[in-house]
Amino acid sequence: MSAGEIRVVINSDQDIVFARQRGRVLATQLGFSAVDSTLIATAISELARNILAYAQKGEITLRAVQGSSRKGILVVASDDGPGIPDIRQALRDGFSTSGGLGIGLPGVRRLMDEFEIKSRPGRGTTVTVKKWKQ
Amino acid sequence: MEVPILKQGEFLIATFQAALSDADLENLRRGLVHQVVKFRSRGVIVDVTAMDVMDSFASRTLREIAHMIRLRGAETVIVGIQPEVAFAMVQLGLTLEGVATALDLEEGLAYLIEKFKNID
Repeated sequence: MSAGEIRVVINSDQDIVFARQRGRVLATQLGFSAVDSTLIATAISELARNILAYAQKGEITLRAVQGSSRKGILVVASDDGPGIPDIRQALRDGFSTSGGLGIGLPGVRRLMDEFEIKSRPGRGTTVTVKKWKQ
Repeated sequence: MEVPILKQGEFLIATFQAALSDADLENLRRGLVHQVVKFRSRGVIVDVTAMDVMDSFASRTLREIAHMIRLRGAETVIVGIQPEVAFAMVQLGLTLEGVATALDLEEGLAYLIEKFKNID
């Protein structure tokens, strides 16, 4: 955790912009390509959007991670919102309960290399994603 | 952050900045539709060259802008989608279906001029 952790509170639509900007800066610092930095920034934008849509507030944390042979970036989006009753359904393309486009979680999964979701109804949701440097 | 809308004859040109919030995008949608009516514009170019992220909300707003403007009998063309942004959009499944796109401002103008050439 040498590079430190960046924590962005998500509370308004401005915070979505701020979070993805911070993510892009970190990705670029870590040496990610322009394409990958854009994929990471876009994933952060969608994750922050989900927080706002379903839980109204939450946070995104960003940090560098070291794998066995490569560097990566870790993004954690967490909230104390209503949680997701059926995760499998939420991960299906075209599914949305917020009146959005329904591309949220499956889209984020495609943009990143690793994807993990934990959710308990009434307790909140935590989505953890990683992307490794090519 | 306000998006400047430029009037160029029968056309309007809106140039996006890098960091547009959802509220900015909604203001732009309102502003553009309003000005298309006010100036009886026939075409709108939305230049997104500076946009570094096009997420689901931004794509949906662009699509809505184009469709609203089409209902007014005018045409919208989105120009300047960066290659990285296009790549991310495809991964996310965002298509801008039914919306004209062009490489840059020049080609966007050429598209609109060609489109309306035979109508006068």
